Amino acid sequence: MPAEIPADSVGLVIPQTVTFSAPLELECGRDLPGYTLTYETYGTLNAQRSNAILLCHALSGDHHAAGYHSMNDRKPGWWEHLLGPGKAMDTERFFFICANFIGSCKGSTGPASINPETGTPWGLDFPMVTVRDWVKTQADLADHLGIAQWAAVVGGSLGGMQVMQWTMDYPERLRHAVVIAAASKLTAQNIAFNEVCRQAIMTDPDFHGGRYYAHATKPRRGLSLARMIGHITYLSDDAMRTKFGRDTRGGKAFSFGFDVDFEVESYLRYQGSSFVERFDANSYLYITKALDYFDPANAFGGNLAEAFASTQAGFLVISFSSDWRFSPERSREIVQALYTCNQDVSYAEIEAEHGHDSFLMPIPQYVAVLSAYLGRVAEEMGI
Amino acid sequence: MTLRKDLAIIADWITPQSRILDLGCGEGELLAYLRTEKGVQGYGVEIEEARVVAAIRRGIPVIQQDLDRGLRNFADHSVDTVVLSLTLQASTYPRELLLEMLRVGREVIVTFPNMGHWHARWQLGVLGRMPMTDVLPHTWYDTPNIHLCTIRDFESLCRNSGIVIHQRIVLNDHRRETWRNRLLPNLFGEVALYRCALGAR
Repeated sequence: MPAEIPADSVGLVIPQTVTFSAPLELECGRDLPGYTLTYETYGTLNAQRSNAILLCHALSGDHHAAGYHSMNDRKPGWWEHLLGPGKAMDTERFFFICANFIGSCKGSTGPASINPETGTPWGLDFPMVTVRDWVKTQADLADHLGIAQWAAVVGGSLGGMQVMQWTMDYPERLRHAVVIAAASKLTAQNIAFNEVCRQAIMTDPDFHGGRYYAHATKPRRGLSLARMIGHITYLSDDAMRTKFGRDTRGGKAFSFGFDVDFEVESYLRYQGSSFVERFDANSYLYITKALDYFDPANAFGGNLAEAFASTQAGFLVISFSSDWRFSPERSREIVQALYTCNQDVSYAEIEAEHGHDSFLMPIPQYVAVLSAYLGRVAEEMGI
Repeated sequence: MTLRKDLAIIADWITPQSRILDLGCGEGELLAYLRTEKGVQGYGVEIEEARVVAAIRRGIPVIQQDLDRGLRNFADHSVDTVVLSLTLQASTYPRELLLEMLRVGREVIVTFPNMGHWHARWQLGVLGRMPMTDVLPHTWYDTPNIHLCTIRDFESLCRNSGIVIHQRIVLNDHRRETWRNRLLPNLFGEVALYRCALGAR
């Protein structure tokens, strides 16, 4: 709980919702009969409506990017370090919007929502959604808010994939694209991690084919395992060594049993069990599939430069040295493709020890690069 | 917008509306000038963090990359000109870098501090000390400049590597072109500027 809200925070925020009643045609070929988006905004939209920046969240993220929902909140939004008055993403200059994507479980329509045809939760009858579908819903939101063109679209990890999709699907609707710790497609290893996570969930006896809602239970063990696996891959070897080493819990001697001995075990178990309380297992399945499917170059015979050829945005691509889930090499591929098709692109490779999670941290060079770029965007827009 | 004399000569050599790569672009002064004054499409490559930030702030597309790890990410003939300004002497593999530049661009512009300059010769030959000059202000034990050469050395490398020199300008220690520089470039030139391309094979 914050005793008082820090001066550089956006403070208390209230999520908003908007419902679109027209059916949404999805990439998988099915229609979603209308949908709801939950979103938050920070800062003020200017009279010309030219200072809006869309933020795209990652797998377990949501619309709550900054600030607090109440004075009882333990933690602020997920991008609090970088988003706020005077911060790298400066709410005194820009108007930020972050929407929970569909298929998730944080207020936008997803597998835990009620299927209007049956009156029961969708479960695995929910249609498969993709990055492309998310971008489409975000464009609907932009229309709803009267924003014809984003000053920038910014996102990390899976959010960065949405940013790239934006530049391809609506090239004239954004001026700048900031792609952080992302990849133009997942590697086999990355898909493999996702599959293990999905199997952990689906083989949990409490999964009930995704209809666990009707059984008043949920696949706790499976989802918790999935989160533990995910967490290992989001941190670097070094970060884990620094944070936990081989420390035993409370400095105790080995138990010579299978209870928690090491701090790292305790940490992972806590991460797993707390995640279960705030996340829906079916959403985890859907979102990891959307990650796996993302590959915009596929429609161009694998040529990413061709996929980017008709984009109009200026790009900033950022990667982190210790990120092995979305390694700098993956970002360099994006940069190379943009260079090949003559797009304006800047690339920064940030020295960081926190692995994939670095994109959430206020690493000085990262902050400097992002501030410099968005400062330039503000100048260009006369903000 | 005024440029340092050596950068102004490079800017003169660049074709308007062309596409260039500026290796070791620093804070992007040259590219900023070329983009506004000559409609050039250009990318900078820089390794140093603060310079990357400064170039981004200037609105210059800059790619953070270590030149010693090569230019593999840039396709053959993907730009018209590759510029390497006062950076050759700090690279680990100068010859390989030059050849890589010639693979990526049709033409390269290379500038470097000339170790044959009389002042450097005086310091080494008479005073018996490693030279320190305006363009080489570092002590021997704390310098990024690990591959220093003279004008004759560079031209010999070009000859041996099939690189054709199209143009050369040599500036004195006041960054000016004088008759002495033209007559005895390796003695009076402090900074040498070259336009090169690969010779016909």
